[in-house]
Amino acid sequence: MSKRILRLVAAILIVAAVGIWFFRGANRGWTKTSVPVKKTDEVTGITVDDYQKRFVPGVDFLGAAVVASAFLAGASFLFRKPQPQT
Amino acid sequence: MTKPILRMKTITCLIAALAGLSRAALAAPETFDFKDPKGVNNAVFKLDAPLEAVNGNATGISGTVTFDPADPAATRGKIVVATASMHVPNTMQQGHMLSDKWLDAAKFPEISFEAKELKNVMTSGDATTADVSGAFTLKGIAKEMTVPVKFTYLKDKLGQRVPNQNGDLLVIRATFTIKRSDFGIMPGQMEEKVSDAIELTLSIAGASPR
Repeated sequence: MSKRILRLVAAILIVAAVGIWFFRGANRGWTKTSVPVKKTDEVTGITVDDYQKRFVPGVDFLGAAVVASAFLAGASFLFRKPQPQT
Repeated sequence: MTKPILRMKTITCLIAALAGLSRAALAAPETFDFKDPKGVNNAVFKLDAPLEAVNGNATGISGTVTFDPADPAATRGKIVVATASMHVPNTMQQGHMLSDKWLDAAKFPEISFEAKELKNVMTSGDATTADVSGAFTLKGIAKEMTVPVKFTYLKDKLGQRVPNQNGDLLVIRATFTIKRSDFGIMPGQMEEKVSDAIELTLSIAGASPR
């Protein structure tokens, strides 16, 4: 039972991580905790990147999810199959 | 008959003197303060290493520049960037960048450029381009550099940015490249991730209130 739960959690984790990564922009760089939003001053014409707090997962986020998922799936093999009663 | 003629001459001389004075007053150099209440003044930095590109900006700009629209070649001044205001989108990279291994923002809180001489000055309308020579200081090391700069003098435009204030604006734009190794920033190390060449783009506006 525990074996099955661990494998299920590992599968959910990897699917969720890929889903979050994909729907938050599929960023192929490092994870960002802020994103630039362009702001232009009309009088001077100067444009500035105004950084706003936003979580954009990157490849390191995917990597961490793969490692955690592999760890959980691997741990599931430590549980012995219940021996049939004779 | 001679008296009125003399009086006329005196008045003419006075008018001429006043006109000369007002011309001199108009042509007087103005001091522009680059601490921007609107917070748009910025310096963008770009590093393009084989494994990683790092883009960010700094908005903690201050300093003053003395600019004379009638004599732009006489422009002098110093622009300062607060090291701690430098920002990159990744929190971990930000921490590394400001740490003692890289920029050491705690020990060297300012990056500056002090203009000492202008060459190849060309003015067209309200825009002036010039090669500005001066000292660029980063992490406590000053290096003489020549940077192509565009000045745009916006007469009487301050009121459009800051309500109830009259005065002029001076916009400065410059793009140039430095090498971090010239300033003792981890020379020769981690160049696959943090390139030696750093492209800097300065876009700032200074105000000269009246």
